[in-house]
Amino acid sequence: MSDETTELAPVTTLATPIRLDFDFTPGIAQSKFLRGLEHGTFMGQRCATCGKVYVPSRGSCPTDGVPTTEDVLLGNSGTVTTYCVVNVPFAGQSIEIPYICAQILLDGANLSFMGLIQEIPTDQIRMGMRVEAVWVDEADLTPSLASVRYFRPNGEDDADYETYKEYL
Amino acid sequence: MADSEVLHAAHRLEYPYSRSTGPIIGAFLTALRDGRFLGATGSDGRVIVPPTEYDPITSDDVGDLVEVGPGGIIESWAWVSEPLRKHPHQTPFAWALVRLDGADTALLHTVIAPTPDAVATGARVTARFRPESERIGSMADLEGFVPEGGAA
Repeated sequence: MSDETTELAPVTTLATPIRLDFDFTPGIAQSKFLRGLEHGTFMGQRCATCGKVYVPSRGSCPTDGVPTTEDVLLGNSGTVTTYCVVNVPFAGQSIEIPYICAQILLDGANLSFMGLIQEIPTDQIRMGMRVEAVWVDEADLTPSLASVRYFRPNGEDDADYETYKEYL
Repeated sequence: MADSEVLHAAHRLEYPYSRSTGPIIGAFLTALRDGRFLGATGSDGRVIVPPTEYDPITSDDVGDLVEVGPGGIIESWAWVSEPLRKHPHQTPFAWALVRLDGADTALLHTVIAPTPDAVATGARVTARFRPESERIGSMADLEGFVPEGGAA
């Protein structure tokens, strides 16, 4: 107990973090995708009804409502369908700004997913750019997207807009 | 890891909110950081602890803040024999409503006692604050209450 006058500023704010801790189990379909990452590959699943290939697959086709049972090994390269250059710092940011966050349509897939683009100045990113995944060292591969360090231009000519316009 | 093994991983969802305390709760927390309790004087002369910003009867601003405690009596309590991870203590403790000396309302906090036999409605307790260097202006600056005169 102290009657001394504090030299600290009066309390005006209170930290009230809200936290939920889960033990996440990905299930059969996502586990195949994650196991693929552990082997340095992208695994998707094809719908037997519409033929679309989803990555990562949730185990069923959202259009047809049927289980996706055919596993499909996808390419290591893909096409940037759209992107965002991040210039704004935020809490928990782990990458130096500015950086490029892009939607990437992997070769053989019918669903794009988000990836980090590096090894290119941010003002040179464009829709249709062909990129490839850069993986962590083999010894460091885990069943996690952390196995993919980032994507970078693979040197191919840009993809024709017609090839990815359905995936924007 | 064998591919047949079921995958699972810890996943944490967290929002780091901070709230502004306003002048009354802010003064209360500032006093807690100093190891003191403040209550608000209501229109009927009652002392409300923890202080409200508005008089519970007239809704006007509350009157002067006055110092209360650090001793008080247990009005009600519940023993926690198996504390959860997010509880303020990791050994068995009691949640308790404690009416501090000079206050007319009770404060919800904890009583630190070795067994529930040491806790009783009407029993006198006194505040145990964290060391000054650890206090940040939070309810957790008050570690809990301990039975008055007894070793906890």
